[in-house]
Amino acid sequence: MSDNVTATATPRGSTGRIATFPFGDYAVAAAVNGRLFAVALGDGTVRLIDSETLDGESRTVRAHNGATLCLAADIDKGAFLSGGDDGRLVRCTFAEEPQIVAEVKNRWVDHVTAHAGSGIRAYASGKDVFVLGKKGGEPRKLTHPTSVGGLAINSKGKRLAVTHYDGVSLWWLASQSAEPVRLEWKGSHLQVIWSPDGDYVLTTMQENALHGWRLSDGEHMRMTGYGTKIRSMAFSRRGHILATGGSERVICWPFTGGGPMGKAPTEFGGAGDAFVTAVAAHPIHDVFAAGFENGALMIGQPGAGVRLVMKPNGNAVTCLAWNPDGDQLLAGTEKGDVHVADFRPA
Amino acid sequence: MSGPTSIPVTVLTGYLGAGKTTLLNRVLTENHGKKYAVIVNEFGEIGIDNDLVVGADEEVFEMNNGCICCTVRGDLIRIIGSLLKRKDKFDAILVETTGLADPAPVAQTFFTDDDIKKKTRLDSIVTVVDAKHIEQRLADSNEAEEQIAFADIVLLNKTDLVSPEALKRIEAKVRSLNPFATIHHTVRGGIALDKILDKGAFDLERILELDPCFLHGHAFDPTHDHSHDHDHHHHDHGHGHDPHHHNHGAVNPMHAEDIRSISVTSEKPLSAAKFDAWINDILADQGQNILRCKGILNMAGEDKRFVFQGVHMVSEGAYTGPWPAKDKRRSRFVFIGRKLDDEALKKGFEACVA
Repeated sequence: MSDNVTATATPRGSTGRIATFPFGDYAVAAAVNGRLFAVALGDGTVRLIDSETLDGESRTVRAHNGATLCLAADIDKGAFLSGGDDGRLVRCTFAEEPQIVAEVKNRWVDHVTAHAGSGIRAYASGKDVFVLGKKGGEPRKLTHPTSVGGLAINSKGKRLAVTHYDGVSLWWLASQSAEPVRLEWKGSHLQVIWSPDGDYVLTTMQENALHGWRLSDGEHMRMTGYGTKIRSMAFSRRGHILATGGSERVICWPFTGGGPMGKAPTEFGGAGDAFVTAVAAHPIHDVFAAGFENGALMIGQPGAGVRLVMKPNGNAVTCLAWNPDGDQLLAGTEKGDVHVADFRPA
Repeated sequence: MSGPTSIPVTVLTGYLGAGKTTLLNRVLTENHGKKYAVIVNEFGEIGIDNDLVVGADEEVFEMNNGCICCTVRGDLIRIIGSLLKRKDKFDAILVETTGLADPAPVAQTFFTDDDIKKKTRLDSIVTVVDAKHIEQRLADSNEAEEQIAFADIVLLNKTDLVSPEALKRIEAKVRSLNPFATIHHTVRGGIALDKILDKGAFDLERILELDPCFLHGHAFDPTHDHSHDHDHHHHDHGHGHDPHHHNHGAVNPMHAEDIRSISVTSEKPLSAAKFDAWINDILADQGQNILRCKGILNMAGEDKRFVFQGVHMVSEGAYTGPWPAKDKRRSRFVFIGRKLDDEALKKGFEACVA
């Protein structure tokens, strides 16, 4: 495969204009930063796609020896951070050579996140999370009782949530306090997400369930009934709805009026009996993109119609990202085709 | 259910100093033309050649279903999940456990996580036994005994350090704990790798060949239906009281009871539906005491053999290859564990006849 892959025309089974990049390796994660999309692949590369010139060449950043494990938009425009099983945290841009930001010997960098407003970058390796501040210097090391399952900084950029076995640790980023606030619930917690107002923290679990906490009073919420592991969840822009994968339809929990406790979820979408494998919230409207195990891709919201973007094609969607204007949607897949659906007027 | 293209996983157990590291080094340095991913507990003495060596943290956690014996290795789920996304695919995955580890959480991991179940299969559990020290180990520890009971393959290692008489005695002891395992005698971990890696159901077939008298088996008959993918016998119930957990109040003095095995056979075809219902109940009820169960079954109306294996309460089953023409179609199923009720298990199996 050549270094710089060019998109092919709209593939069969799609509706609307779709550029497809046949990268050929498992798409592990997707991110967006300004006009650039980035996709982390199982071959150790990060591929960058300029959303303004979808018919142009993508850029291949050879970021890792091994697999790229995680990806996030960096704190400045046009840059991304990737972690790999070579123990490196790498900064990827369109124009420059990849730059090693940090290295953990003999370990994997499993998770990464960054917050542009506060200039904070955080990455996880085993039980440790390293926090890099705006001013640079040595990272602050936060150690947890067991391996870290996921990371998330709240929208204000002040708190960091870290999942592990038996709960979540909440760290204040400005404080040097050695002890986090611990939210406890037995089991293995994986991904973590903050509600946009910072009032709720939710995790996906090894079991087919979500767990959550209302921070004001520590009230728990446990959402079950999923058919498989919930690989993806996303809050709508204003935080009224939490959309989740792990079922044959997109399961949406209401977060208005005190949270979802005691309320039934709503749902939308569906592609036969295939499970939802990825969801992404539109950056402006209360709608979500959803990708399925069988390759179907759709956009919708509870109580309204669904727009089918791609028909099932047997290639599971693994990750999604919207551009900031919400008129382009990237979908990465298990077999390595990356699609960018373009909804802008032709 | 893992398909034929799934990556075989070999779990390597054995007491401290039994020779696991020596064996691993052989796997990693031998010119075998295969690519292995090896998950070890500590880096150090392991030589790395073409293969990938990953350090694990041996983090065991309980699945949050209230069932004490359903523990899995979260670190393995993460590591294998990532390995499966790599560009370079592996011919096999080898997982080393620490000397004192209970093999159950490792094995259960492969029956529990959706992604891992789909893309890998537990091929065999290989236990390395130090011939020189095993008698002492069995006398003073519980782990050594369980590691042997769990094994599909036992490597009786360091056989050059014991007398032929002692070796006979030791082998008899291993047999008494686990009559179904294939035993190889080795010196410094010297064994052809194809004898321990990617065995498929090969070692399971021993079950059919063993002399029923030796196994205290009992022949009778069984017939028809389909069923596959037995999954977890206590998972996903989500809400309310879980009716499967009868056992939890019971005291389970792990040290007090001997590990035994039971074999049940049938010349008549079984009903897959009846077997499914029966084994589900057995594992839900007695899974804590059943270290392993496995079998090759002749389901009525099926041309293929149904191969089933379980660890405590979790299990999986699948129709694999056809019956060899020369073979008489019959079923045999074995349990290895404590407090096994021979009569009840035999009656139950008998009732599965179609």
